[in-house]
Amino acid sequence: MAGDGTILETQGLTKEFRGFVAVRDVALRVRRGSVHALIGPNGAGKTTCFNLLTKFLQPTAGRIFFEGRDITGLRPAEVAKLGIVRSFQISAVFGHLTALENVRIALQRQRGESFDFWRSEKLLERWNGRARELLDAVGIGAFADVPAAELPYGRKRALELATTIALEPRLMLLDEPTAGMGREDVGRITALIREVAKGRTVLMVEHNLSVVADLCDTITVLVRGEILAEGDYARIAADPRVREAYIGSEEGRA
Amino acid sequence: MAARSEPAAIAAPLATANGLRHQYLVMAGMALALASAPLLLYPVFLMKVLCFALFACAFNLLIGYVGLVSFGHAAFFGTAAYAAGHAAKVWGFPPELAVAFATLCSAALGLVFGWLAIRRQGIYFAMITLALAQMLYFFYLQAPFTGGEDGIQAIPRGRLLGVLDLSNDLVMYWVVLAVFLGGFLLIYRTIHSPFGQVLKAIRENEPRAVSLGYEVDRYKLLAFVLSAALSGLAGGTKALVFQLASLTDVHWTMSGEVVLMALVGGLGTVFGPIVGAAVIVSLQNYLAGLGHWVTIVQGLIFVACVLAFRRGIVGELGRLLGKPL
Repeated sequence: MAGDGTILETQGLTKEFRGFVAVRDVALRVRRGSVHALIGPNGAGKTTCFNLLTKFLQPTAGRIFFEGRDITGLRPAEVAKLGIVRSFQISAVFGHLTALENVRIALQRQRGESFDFWRSEKLLERWNGRARELLDAVGIGAFADVPAAELPYGRKRALELATTIALEPRLMLLDEPTAGMGREDVGRITALIREVAKGRTVLMVEHNLSVVADLCDTITVLVRGEILAEGDYARIAADPRVREAYIGSEEGRA
Repeated sequence: MAARSEPAAIAAPLATANGLRHQYLVMAGMALALASAPLLLYPVFLMKVLCFALFACAFNLLIGYVGLVSFGHAAFFGTAAYAAGHAAKVWGFPPELAVAFATLCSAALGLVFGWLAIRRQGIYFAMITLALAQMLYFFYLQAPFTGGEDGIQAIPRGRLLGVLDLSNDLVMYWVVLAVFLGGFLLIYRTIHSPFGQVLKAIRENEPRAVSLGYEVDRYKLLAFVLSAALSGLAGGTKALVFQLASLTDVHWTMSGEVVLMALVGGLGTVFGPIVGAAVIVSLQNYLAGLGHWVTIVQGLIFVACVLAFRRGIVGELGRLLGKPL
């Protein structure tokens, strides 16, 4: 089971959809405090892996351990409460709520569940200060009162990060944080992730290899649902099998 | 950070709009108008409007603020009508207890329906609520206590708290107005509560709300039960007003009507369902001479709304004023 430095571990993780094996026998080990990337060509099973780890999908076989505890049977909200917080490939913000309210929804979790429909939302204002700090930290403090839907794409991703950090996650799972971004935004988000990764553990799916090279300590290459290689960037980049998998299936993507 | 100044400028009016002071003003105006309305209009007509307005507001809580479309809300309205009628007529309950009992029955029914329906999403959720409501309709058609096609007639209005004689239409009107305002304020508070914030988050992006650690099904269920209970409050009150509980109250067309009211007024607006209910009830009353043509007029309004006024009357108005209503 998990050694001291391991925060997340999977054993024989497998997901089958009607005969199609999307993830096969994956043994992943994420070191505490590291930034770990999951890369691979399209359809390699990266996002499926994420969905399994956060319990949005139930694995067909295998086990998942978080800090030594078996979380294979938990519900998604329970996993989130343990401190595994994910982002989504398509930016996930609450569009009609303001940026401030978006972050506050996460901060509101500190009071446990909020079933009190008879109380005024004014009592949430005690988190306004902290919410503004978080928005400032990701550089969108000036947009606090703007509905999230009206923010440009890069800012939405920044808002999503602020919302995620607001939960003080023990493990952050970022699903393609730079997907669909222009070069300038990629640079900004990369810097932001580097900032928030300090003292945290991050597992990210990422297509942009320069981002991966920049940020990540460990890289796991997934091809057709299986782990092909693992190591630091230099080692992965030098691996001929990885080159073949990438060039063979999606030229020029990297 | 060149883009900073511009969105901040957009933000300013929105920030004040979030203060919602104007909504309190509208609310006070509405209360005042309703309090003086019996001077001009027939109280029974007004009571009908208020009962349906509360029903539509309760329905809107689900569709507008959680994003759940129920096609079976007549079940809660009608069940409460039968429960209030039976309690008042057969058991001799005083009106306040009859309505409280009716509300409780609808809440309990909401718990069962909700528990079954929220496992599915979108159109499947809607279909399950419709199917359950239809099952209940056929049960009420056969069950002896509902009086079948005749319904429960001559339900006594009784004396409120043993003091106020409700057989006087004007006295009844004040009670109905109080019930309506109470229900409306509860819904308003729910929308603007910590709970309401989570509901809106679920409406906007359910997977994200889950990933933040919210047990969304429980939030949806509580919202569903609240909506069912308030629909029941409306249905029970309506049974006392008209001294009648009938199959019309549980029929699927009633579920359709409440959708129409919310849509015409404006989904997800605070005051929309009230305006929608007033419009639809007025049409039914004043165009009653047209017989079945009322349905066609309603259908045309529905089409016009969907094509031209997607936000509904109040929704469009709010947009013109730049303030959420």
